Amino acid sequence: MLTLQAVLDGLLLGILFALIAYGMALQWGVMNIINIAQGDLVILGGYIAYFMYLYGIHPAWGVIVSPIIMYFVGVIIYKLVINKVVDRDLFISILATFGISILFMQLMNFAFGADVVLANSGYGTTMLFDNSVTLPNSKIFSAFISIVFAIGLVIYMKKSKLGRAIRATAQNARAAKILGVDTEKVYAATFGINAALCGVAGALISITFTIHPYMGLPYTIRSFMIVIVAGLGNLPGVAMSGMGLGVFEEFADYILGTEFRIGSVFLLLVLILVYRRFKLSRKREYLK
Amino acid sequence: MNKNIILYGTILIFGIAAPFIFPAFKVQLSILCILIILAITWNVQGGEMGYNTFGNILFYGLGMYLCASVQVGMFFPLGEWTEGGGEKTFVHTPAQFFQGFAVGLAVAAVVPAIIAGLIGYSILGLRGHYFAICTLGLGVAAGEISGGIEIIGAGQGFTTPPFPNVDRLEARGEFFYFCSFIVLVFTFLAVKAIYSTRFKLVLNAIRDNEDKAEAMGIQTMKYKIIGWMISAFFCGLAGGIMGGLVGYIDSTDVAFDGREMGVFMVLMAILGGKGTLWGPVIGATLFHIFKEGFWTFFLGWQYVALGVLIVVIVIYFPEGIMGWLREKYPERFGEVVDEADRKAQVTLK
Repeated sequence: MLTLQAVLDGLLLGILFALIAYGMALQWGVMNIINIAQGDLVILGGYIAYFMYLYGIHPAWGVIVSPIIMYFVGVIIYKLVINKVVDRDLFISILATFGISILFMQLMNFAFGADVVLANSGYGTTMLFDNSVTLPNSKIFSAFISIVFAIGLVIYMKKSKLGRAIRATAQNARAAKILGVDTEKVYAATFGINAALCGVAGALISITFTIHPYMGLPYTIRSFMIVIVAGLGNLPGVAMSGMGLGVFEEFADYILGTEFRIGSVFLLLVLILVYRRFKLSRKREYLK
Repeated sequence: MNKNIILYGTILIFGIAAPFIFPAFKVQLSILCILIILAITWNVQGGEMGYNTFGNILFYGLGMYLCASVQVGMFFPLGEWTEGGGEKTFVHTPAQFFQGFAVGLAVAAVVPAIIAGLIGYSILGLRGHYFAICTLGLGVAAGEISGGIEIIGAGQGFTTPPFPNVDRLEARGEFFYFCSFIVLVFTFLAVKAIYSTRFKLVLNAIRDNEDKAEAMGIQTMKYKIIGWMISAFFCGLAGGIMGGLVGYIDSTDVAFDGREMGVFMVLMAILGGKGTLWGPVIGATLFHIFKEGFWTFFLGWQYVALGVLIVVIVIYFPEGIMGWLREKYPERFGEVVDEADRKAQVTLK
């Protein structure tokens, strides 16, 4: 029964990871930037929900409020920093966003304190199979909301004008520019949408799990891992590998112990990259 | 040639005299030496070879743990030492301390180099940002895992052997300063010697176009692994000395401190100028002065300053000081400049 518990926990957790990874895949595909500050945007979104909870508003509303605020945070970050690194070497963007990540970490540490916090949703728990499996309703809620947002975004990207512009820019930025797409605006909107998705995920994480200013980097690494396993622009793949990662983490937690949980995530990243490197080197290719 | 000898002689004399001129800054000067070593070795990897890594912190931390473990483990049971924490049930005699430290440093240099050689084939097959993120993952994973291992102190940390009571109070600072200074000189000369060989040209070829270098018949993988092993060797040495200097090893805050030291070494090399011999030295010195200023005057805000500094340097100053000087005075760098051609280029921009 412990196995079933771990699998269910992992699946519900994995859907959340997939949401964050979706944002990363979006801005990686469109702007060719790896955003190390992704996890810190998630945590910041979580703090927005947590503060609503502190002021007596039900934290589930954070799912609506947090992405709106985070959209503007994302656009501001884009205007200040990202637009200067878009066309440059990828390592420059990694370092620059690493700087943003450190900055955010410390600012959040000042503003919100270094305590581990969570926003209590008061949703209760569901017992399954003769009370042998415990599922907090908040986890089910968060998985549901993630799916709703992901589907909504997919439809938005397919149907709306901005979505079409984003997809065109991802395919060929120069051609899109010639055909009258304001790529600068598209980039800003993409980064904003990415930040908004992080905001949703963060609000859900603050309800279901805990948040802490320094917990950002693991979320970045998880979403990076999911994206490289699934590939850019492969949405079902992102969902599947997200859930797979969630299950892996829960099992690592049960088998190795909680202190090795984060370590095993990072090790898995190294293993996946090395595995793909050997697989590609047979064809004399490499990851690039 | 003559000018060079005067320059190096002045720096050497200043280096030897520094702890006596500024006796209050001995620890800071030793840390400066360590930072310069780390920046130089990062530059071998990131600047010359073009493999930007966040993972040299892995070797630095390994060196730190290895040096301290060997120093303790040679004479006392390691498990009991770390379990005792701050309480000192075992005391090193001076002879034991220095013997242990010497052997520890040797191990701290050799073992990371061997590990770099072993994992090199797998990791160095990755390129560009995949390599950067992979090594970032390695560094963090090492920190998290070493924080769970009991025998090296797990979460509560590892207290390195205290400096034995020799008759002079000043001796500790001077010992660690000269250790780090000698290693710095050794590193600098070794890297300078390497840079004058064909090996550096191969590394540069790998940086500029790896596929072409391979097509020209260079076994790039072999050179990449050797380059990484050189980095690991000196990083391990620097880590070993730093462990003794700090006196306390924590898995994520001191040894595998990717958030501080791991970024510092990248930043220092970029600030000074990637791919030059003197760039990392200048960058590390400036960075250390700047950092110490900030760390004392803006206590608590240092990471905010660090984050802003990273963003500003990376965006507005990616060529570094040496790159800027090179653009301004290309003649000094041995480049032949056609004045008309140069002006034409400037207008083209």
